[in-house]
Amino acid sequence: MAEEIKKIMFTVRKAPHGTIYVYEGLEVKLIMAAYDADISVVFMDDGVFAVKKGQNTKELGIKGFEATYGALVDYEITKVFVDRQSMEERGMTEDDLVVIGEDEDTEEPIKPQVVESDAIAAMMAEQHNILAF
Amino acid sequence: MKLAVCIYEGPYNHAASDTAYNFIQAAVQKGHEIKGIFFYHDGVYNVTKLMEPPQDDRHIANRWSALGATGIDIVVCIAAAKRRGIVDDVLVPNVRISGLGQLTMMAIEADRLVVFGD
Repeated sequence: MAEEIKKIMFTVRKAPHGTIYVYEGLEVKLIMAAYDADISVVFMDDGVFAVKKGQNTKELGIKGFEATYGALVDYEITKVFVDRQSMEERGMTEDDLVVIGEDEDTEEPIKPQVVESDAIAAMMAEQHNILAF
Repeated sequence: MKLAVCIYEGPYNHAASDTAYNFIQAAVQKGHEIKGIFFYHDGVYNVTKLMEPPQDDRHIANRWSALGATGIDIVVCIAAAKRRGIVDDVLVPNVRISGLGQLTMMAIEADRLVVFGD
């Protein structure tokens, strides 16, 4: 009997800089994407800042990882969501979001999908496990 | 229930390690199966034998080692460990260093993955 593919969600709720949680959390996503699991990622609360384009970490003296988000689709991480309320509370719009890859056929840039909180709650309820960073 | 535990925080500085330890003890007593314990972020500092806490305090690394001796798989993330100077040589017994794939397997195999940390 074939094992069912397990749904695993990552939530990113912390600001991208100041602590290492979000950066090391990104490393987990890239590894887990190589396994047989149904991966999704949700950016919410201060985590929405992680997917704000145009981050400059030079003055922080760290490499930064914004560019890595641009490869999420290449890693077959395509279910990437941003909580609309968190985004709007922080003065961000969809235009502020990073590109996470491009469409294979049209070469159109792919961005995280902005969704309402109740949609996120519904997705959470379906998960086998959730990892928060 | 099959449980896996992931610990994000270092010892003594944060309650996460103590809380996780107590959680695991209680879960085992209740008959739950612990599929594994994974140390990530500063959590990798929990199992270094270089720590030497005051005699009248709990020895967090030895406590985890004793838990590992009962057969529970305790894994330290190699990427997080290397970044922080934690290598095989400094680990307490009954703990192993391995990759994030181990956390992935725990997340897939366990009914619940319980994360302790901020």
